[in-house]
Amino acid sequence: MAEKIIVALAGNPNVGKTSIFNAITGSKQHVGNWPGVTVEKKMGKRVHSDVEMEVVDLPGTYSLTAYSLDEIVARDFIIEEKPDIVVQVVDGTNLERNLYLTTQLMELGVKLVIALNMSDLVLSKGVHIDEAKMQEYLEVPVVSTIGSTGNGIHGLLDTIIERSSDKRVYGNTFDYEEDIEVRAEELEMILEKDPYFAHYPSRWFSLKLLEGDENILRKARGSESYPKIKNVLDNLDPDSFESRIADQRYGTIQFMLRQVCDINTSHLSGSDMVDRVVTNKYLGIPIFLSLMWAAFEVTFTFATPFMNMIDIFFAWLGEVTVSLISTDWLSSLIGEGIIAGVGSVLIFLPNILLLFFMLSIMEDSGYISRAAFIMDRVMSRIGLHGKSFIPLIMGFGCNVPAIMATRTIEDSRDRLITILVTPFISCGARLPVYVLLAGAFFGRDAGVVIFSLYALGILVALLSAKLMRGTVLRGEDAPFIMELPEYRIPTLRSGIIHMWERGKIYLKKAGGIILLGVVGVWLLASIPVPGSGGQFASGDIYGTTSSLLGAIGMLIEPLVAPLGFDWRIAVALLFGVVAKEIVVGSMGVLYGAGTNEENLAGILAAGAMSPLVGLGLMVFVLLYVPCFACIGVIKRETGSWKWTLFQLFYGTGLAWGLAFLVYQTGSRIGLLS
Amino acid sequence: MDERRPDEMTLDLIEPEISVKVLKVIGQKSSRKRILDMGLTPGTRVEVIRRAPLGDPVEFKLKGYNLSLRKKEARTILVEAPEQVPE
Ligand SMILES: Nc1nc2c(ncn2[C@@H]2O[C@H](COP(=O)(O)OP(=O)(O)OP(=O)(O)O)[C@@H](O)[C@H]2O)c(=O)[nH]1
Ligand SMILES: [Mg+2]
Repeated sequence: MAEKIIVALAGNPNVGKTSIFNAITGSKQHVGNWPGVTVEKKMGKRVHSDVEMEVVDLPGTYSLTAYSLDEIVARDFIIEEKPDIVVQVVDGTNLERNLYLTTQLMELGVKLVIALNMSDLVLSKGVHIDEAKMQEYLEVPVVSTIGSTGNGIHGLLDTIIERSSDKRVYGNTFDYEEDIEVRAEELEMILEKDPYFAHYPSRWFSLKLLEGDENILRKARGSESYPKIKNVLDNLDPDSFESRIADQRYGTIQFMLRQVCDINTSHLSGSDMVDRVVTNKYLGIPIFLSLMWAAFEVTFTFATPFMNMIDIFFAWLGEVTVSLISTDWLSSLIGEGIIAGVGSVLIFLPNILLLFFMLSIMEDSGYISRAAFIMDRVMSRIGLHGKSFIPLIMGFGCNVPAIMATRTIEDSRDRLITILVTPFISCGARLPVYVLLAGAFFGRDAGVVIFSLYALGILVALLSAKLMRGTVLRGEDAPFIMELPEYRIPTLRSGIIHMWERGKIYLKKAGGIILLGVVGVWLLASIPVPGSGGQFASGDIYGTTSSLLGAIGMLIEPLVAPLGFDWRIAVALLFGVVAKEIVVGSMGVLYGAGTNEENLAGILAAGAMSPLVGLGLMVFVLLYVPCFACIGVIKRETGSWKWTLFQLFYGTGLAWGLAFLVYQTGSRIGLLS
Repeated sequence: MDERRPDEMTLDLIEPEISVKVLKVIGQKSSRKRILDMGLTPGTRVEVIRRAPLGDPVEFKLKGYNLSLRKKEARTILVEAPEQVPE
C-alpha cells in the first residue's frame, strides 16, 4: 500500500460523527442521542481503494472557540495536528447552525469534505437540499450519508481519497465588511512576517484575533510582534467586532441556504409535541420520577427468572464437580473457590444487562437532555449545572464513563465537584451486593430497600456537592447553554448492542479480575496460620480464623467492629476495593456457598449475618472507596492525587459514619437484630 | 439600565409562545461569545417555547433547533419588544 492519510471526523455535537466512524471502521464506539457522547478522540483504521486511512473520531464542537475540555480536544486536533482531510459531519436538518462551523473550518484552510448526514430525516421532513449547488457555492465536496445505517459511506470514502490526492487549495472564503477586512489585512501582514505564527493560517488567525478569542490572544502574547498586534487591536471595539463577525458568518450562510434549499423552520415538529407533555409544567417532574422508578422496576423484576436459572445451574455445577474430583484441595478450589465466588457474581448478569438496556433507551430517545433541563433548577440550588446531572444518571450504569462524561462541563470547578461526587451514585457493580443482601433479609420489601439505597446515594452526592461548593470549591454559577436534541425512537438494535457491549465487559470482569480475586481469597482462606499445625485446604482451617485470611481479617476487624461487621465482612470489603462485585464473590467463598445446599442468600438469611448488619453493609458498600478502575479515572480526570485521595477518605469516612449510625441506633432500639 | 429604549426588552421577560428578534448580546465576555456562536446574533428570530417545570431554565427555538438557557443568560440578550397583542 502506497499511501496513508489521516482523516478527522469533526462537526457539531450529536450530528452522527461516531455513527459514521463506526460505519467506516467497523468499531462499536458509543453512540447516543444527546450532545457530548464522545469526549475523547478515538482512532480507527480503514483501507479503501488501496489507501490506508487512519480515521479519528472527535468530540463535537459548535465553533473553533473551545469552551469545555471535550471541545478543546477537538479543536486542538484540527488546528495543531493538521489531519490530511477533515470530514465535517453536518446534520442536514439543522444546516444553518452546522454550517457556522464550516465557515470557520474553511477559513482555517483545511482540506474539507462535507458529509451531509441524517439525509433520511431531511427527506422525511420534506426538505430538499440541492447538493450540487451547495458544493458549487462552498467549493467543497458534499456527500449525503445516513450514519446510523451506513448508507453513503462508500461514496464518502471515494470522495475523501479523491480530495486527498488533489493538491490544489480551495474552498470558498467569505468577505466581511470593509472595516473588518482592512483590520484583518493589517494583522495578516504582521503575522506573515513573524515565523512564530508560521504554523497557523494568517487569515484565520487574524479573524480570531479580531473576534477576541481568548486562546488565540494568549498565543499571540507569546510572540515578538505582539506590540504591533496590540496596536491594531487597541483602537477598535472588540465587542462589536466579535458580534459582527459572528453575525456576518450567519448572514453568508443564510444567503446560501436560500438558494440551496427550501427551509421551512418555525414548523412545530413531533418532538415539540412530545415535549409539551414530557417537560410540561405540572407533568414534567412526575414523569421524570415515574420513568426513573420504571427503569428501576424493570431492572429487577424482569431479571428474576433468569437469575433463578443461573442459580440452579451453578448449584448443579458445584455438586457435580465436587463429586467428580477426588483430590480434596482441588475440589475445594473449584467448588468453594471458583464456582461459589464467580457464580455468586454471574447470577447478576441479567440485572446488569437490563440496567444498561434501560439507560440506552434513555440516551437514544433524547430524554437524558430533558432530564438535565428539568433538573437544572435543583442542581443550581446546590451550585451546579443541569449538565452535571447527565454524568450522575450515567453513573447508575458505571461510574467510569460517567466521570469521563464530565468533560462537557465548561467550568473547571463544577467539573471537579461533579467528578468527586459521581462515585456516590450507585453503579451496576454495587447492585449485586444489594440484591444479595436485601433479598436475603428483607424479602418482599427488598425493592424498597434497594430503591432507598439509590436515593441515599443521590442525596449524599447532592449534599456533598453543596458542601464542597460552599467550602473548598467556591465559585460563581457557570452559564448554562445547552442544546435539546430532537426525540428519536430508540431502536431495539442499538439497545441490544449497548447491552451486549456492557454484558461482555461484565463477563470479562467475572472471568478476569473477579476470578483472580476469589482465587486469592480462597488461597488465603486455605493456608493455615504458621504454627497452628493445620493442613493446607483442610476442612478444619478453611475459612476459619486459623487460616491466613482469618488472621488478616482479625487484624482489621477492630476497625469495623463498631459497625457490627465481623472479620469475614472486613475481608470482603478489603478485596472489594479492587472491584465491588468481589464483595459478593468473597462472601460466596467465605460462607461456602457453592458446595452448600443453599445459595449465599439462603446461608445469610439462615443466621450467618443479622439483617441490621446487612443494612449497614449495604450503606457502607454504597459509599466507601470506589473500585480501582474508578480511582484511576478520578486521578486521570482531576490530574491530582490530592483530590483523588480526598475522594477516597471523604467517601470512606462517610461510609463508616453512616454504617455506624445504622448499626448503633438499630441495636439500641432493637430493630432488625 | 437607563439607556434602554422602551421598545427593547431582555429575553428572559418574554412569555412562552412569543417570538422576538434579537438586537444585541450584552453580558460577560465568555458567555457572550458562546451565545453568539450558538446563533443568537442580531436579527435572529427566537421563539420562547416553555419554561422548565421549576421555572428555570427556558427552552427556545431558533434557526430550526432547540436551545435552553437559564434566565440569567437570557437576561443578557436584548430583544425587540413584541407588539402588543390586544386581549
Ligand atoms: N435518523 C438518523 N439518525 C442518525 C443518523 N446518524 C446518526 N444518527 C443518530 O443520531 C444520534 C447521534 O449520533 P452520534 O454518532 O452519537 O453523534 P456524534 O456526532 O458522535 O455525537 P457527539 O459524540 O455527542 O458529538 C444517535 O442517536 C444516532 O443513532 C442518520 O443519518 N439518520
Ligand atoms: Mg460521538
